[in-house]
Amino acid sequence: MRDDPLLALLFVIAPLSIVAVGGASSIYAPLQHQSVDVYHWITAREYLEMFAIARVTPGPGSMIATLIGWQVAGIPGALVATLALFVPSSVLAVVLAGFWNRYRGTEWHTAIETGLRPIASGLVLAAVVVLLRLAESGPLSWAVVAVATAVLMWLPRLHPTVVLAAGGAVYVAAHYAGFTTL
Amino acid sequence: MASPENPPFDPLAPHVKPHVPLLSLYNTFFWVGMFSFGGGLSGWLHREMVTSRRWMTEDEFFSGYSLSQVLPGVNASNLTVYIGHHLRGWQGAAVALTALVTGPFFVVILVAFAYHYLLEVPGFQAAVAGIAAAAIGMLVRLGLIAARRAAISVVPALIMVVVFVAVGLLRWPLVPVVAVMAPASILIARWQFLKAKADTDA
Repeated sequence: MRDDPLLALLFVIAPLSIVAVGGASSIYAPLQHQSVDVYHWITAREYLEMFAIARVTPGPGSMIATLIGWQVAGIPGALVATLALFVPSSVLAVVLAGFWNRYRGTEWHTAIETGLRPIASGLVLAAVVVLLRLAESGPLSWAVVAVATAVLMWLPRLHPTVVLAAGGAVYVAAHYAGFTTL
Repeated sequence: MASPENPPFDPLAPHVKPHVPLLSLYNTFFWVGMFSFGGGLSGWLHREMVTSRRWMTEDEFFSGYSLSQVLPGVNASNLTVYIGHHLRGWQGAAVALTALVTGPFFVVILVAFAYHYLLEVPGFQAAVAGIAAAAIGMLVRLGLIAARRAAISVVPALIMVVVFVAVGLLRWPLVPVVAVMAPASILIARWQFLKAKADTDA
């Protein structure tokens, strides 16, 4: 049964989708173990490369699963891996969201919404710190983050892609100006 | 309970849930997916859903954000599913998630295919790093908005700081922290609501 690469992808990734509590960062280690040590789909070096690619491309970084699927079985493999990554947890999310919406307007619903507000705020701020740590911070990246934030706050009508493109342009200019520590 | 329900950029209160055609939903999430570099995805979703299109209120967005963080699976896709479901039921959830993933699915494969050539392109790595750094600004903006929302009184502000320090600075695991702090915060909100109601009745 597990000789079929598509089924194997499904068996490896779908459980991770449900078990990955606390965000995608908890799937990277088990996914590496399964695809490198257990199934020998890719080498450890290729895994790191895919990790880097998934991080610099749009979409969640966990779409490294898409790349592993692509490596194993081409486009069908990529499709199966992507579906296995997103569908199980999304079904659970829809069921819970439906349950949640049924109680809209009740006093407890209001209390939960109000009570979760500061929790969300703390989690967003924590996510910022985690991202800044990942970004191999140097003076230039701090400056770019600060300026980008200010522009996004004060010019809400400006499309953020302009800010992203400007960030890329600043780094390229710094690269050619000879800054080595970004 | 005294809380400012009208932030300057969202004058619609009480908020009437708009009818969003599935095609608009698809288009919106497709472009959010295409432009969500380096973890700024929830910042993009907030901008599109709350600030520009006003498809949801801040409270709806942030309660969905909290839920999406503690549910298993990818946080960004959980938030997408939550928003899609909120606007158009299970069909909305399916359309939003499909739209979010369509662009990145092809981009990630194309980039992997051409990765070794792209590394040779002068400035490619610098450009990517610069885009990722600017994208963090999307999340910082969301953090500032969220902090402003929470800092309406002492108790929510304290809860926010505790969660931030525990998860962000001390790097404690997110789920146990939320499992302790969320019920406490909800009970306090409930208690304050009942107290305010008793005061008005008296």
